[in-house]
Amino acid sequence: MIDLDNVAYSYGGAELFSQVKLNLAAGSFHFLTGPSGAGKTTLLKLCYGELQATGGQVRLFGEDAATMDRDAVAMARRRIGVVHQDCQFLDHLPLTENIALPLTVSGREAEAEANLDDLMGWVGLRAQARQLPPQLSGGERQRAALARAVIMSPDVIIADEPTGNVDWEMSQRLLKLLIELNKMGKTVLIATHDMNLIRAAKSQVTTRVLRLKDRRLMQAGVEL
Amino acid sequence: MKIYFARFIELVGGDPQADRAVPPTGFTARLTLFTAGAMAFLAVFALALSLATGRLADRWASELARTSTLRISAPDDQVDAQVRAALQVLETTPGVAAARALTPDEQRALLAPWFGPDLPVEDLPIPQLVEIIEDADGYDPTGLRARLQAEVPGAVLDDHTRWREPMIAAAGRLRSLGWIALILIAASTAAMITLAAQAALAANAQVIRVMRLVGARDIYIARAFVRRFTLRALAGAAIGTTTGLFAVWLLPSADVAGGFLTGLGYQGLHWFLPLFIPPLAALVAFFATRAAALRTLREQS
Repeated sequence: MIDLDNVAYSYGGAELFSQVKLNLAAGSFHFLTGPSGAGKTTLLKLCYGELQATGGQVRLFGEDAATMDRDAVAMARRRIGVVHQDCQFLDHLPLTENIALPLTVSGREAEAEANLDDLMGWVGLRAQARQLPPQLSGGERQRAALARAVIMSPDVIIADEPTGNVDWEMSQRLLKLLIELNKMGKTVLIATHDMNLIRAAKSQVTTRVLRLKDRRLMQAGVEL
Repeated sequence: MKIYFARFIELVGGDPQADRAVPPTGFTARLTLFTAGAMAFLAVFALALSLATGRLADRWASELARTSTLRISAPDDQVDAQVRAALQVLETTPGVAAARALTPDEQRALLAPWFGPDLPVEDLPIPQLVEIIEDADGYDPTGLRARLQAEVPGAVLDDHTRWREPMIAAAGRLRSLGWIALILIAASTAAMITLAAQAALAANAQVIRVMRLVGARDIYIARAFVRRFTLRALAGAAIGTTTGLFAVWLLPSADVAGGFLTGLGYQGLHWFLPLFIPPLAALVAFFATRAAALRTLREQS
């Protein structure tokens, strides 16, 4: 699905990380951990084509990201559902339209009617369907972001601190949704500081935990 | 080529969903509407100036090119004889279609703007004027001057070249200025709409980020902005053009004013020409916004 081969990223002359090797195979479940500022978000952005690596090669669905034109990157993003910690929405549109946005921009808005109600029920947001994003709580926004990320039935789900702004109960609920997606064959990559979340996931699904530290990506130890 | 054509069609085509994705921004909407309206209003006058000066140049060229004046200055008792001699010379000159001496009333009318209508022409030592009308081939002014010098010593031939050409040149330059003004107006419109579009794009940075995140192509995002600005420019220019045409219609007509630079309005079918201003403004807005949007989207990535 997504391969990073000896990838390096520098910003303003400073190297954030290098020699990063990562293979997100179909159906795999990965956690990415590491101290703040280690470059977790940057690494995720490389995985969905928002940033270009300054060294090595990133392959998105077999294509070299460095040679992909802007349209090709946009098409690749339709196969990757992204959930950010600070879930960004179009604040002037109701929740349903925000969740259906990936279908809308792909010219597949007709599919929204069929999928939206089930999806809203799945994330428990049916009652909030007509609300505007600013009217939602942090947990509701996270679940809405997850619904938006999966509405296109993407091959890969990438989540950046998806439980950062929610309580334990809500984080477990989000984790459950992500595990369900993984069991449906989706590849999942989650960047998080939350060790409890990782432990909870490891008890339910086979996961690989990676740690980004001191400019290198490595397999995390058993202490997790 | 096919790809570019397909993209052009994509941009022109409306997409209500894409339009909805971008919230309406009041400031840029008003700025675009006002700019397009003001520029269209000015364009109506610049176009009127161009057309009027064009007509003026054509009129001067056609009316004055075929006429000349012979001025005969002689003692009172010789004027009639010299006029007769001059007319005889002119009758036998190849290229002269007609020649006639102006009547005292006609000469008085010519001098009336300077001396009033009651000027006693008969009592003043005013030269007798002879109007010469050329045929299509025209006459040889050098040869005619030589014959007149020999046979009518008091006659001076004025073929109007001396003052006609600078006036036609001046009218031509005025016409050019009108066209330059139109080009400047179009360029200013493009610049203002580009700035407004850039402001709208900057104000909607988060919208663009979200749309990109969910896989929107640049052309999809640009289309929402381009379509909106094109329609605003069209509406603004339509209002400006209508107002401008009404103002031109209120100008005094050429016949009433009777002055030298009269008729600064539209005549006949020319009234339809300003109707092209709104679609042209929309076209300018389309390309200006498209270029600004695609450039900004490239820079924002």
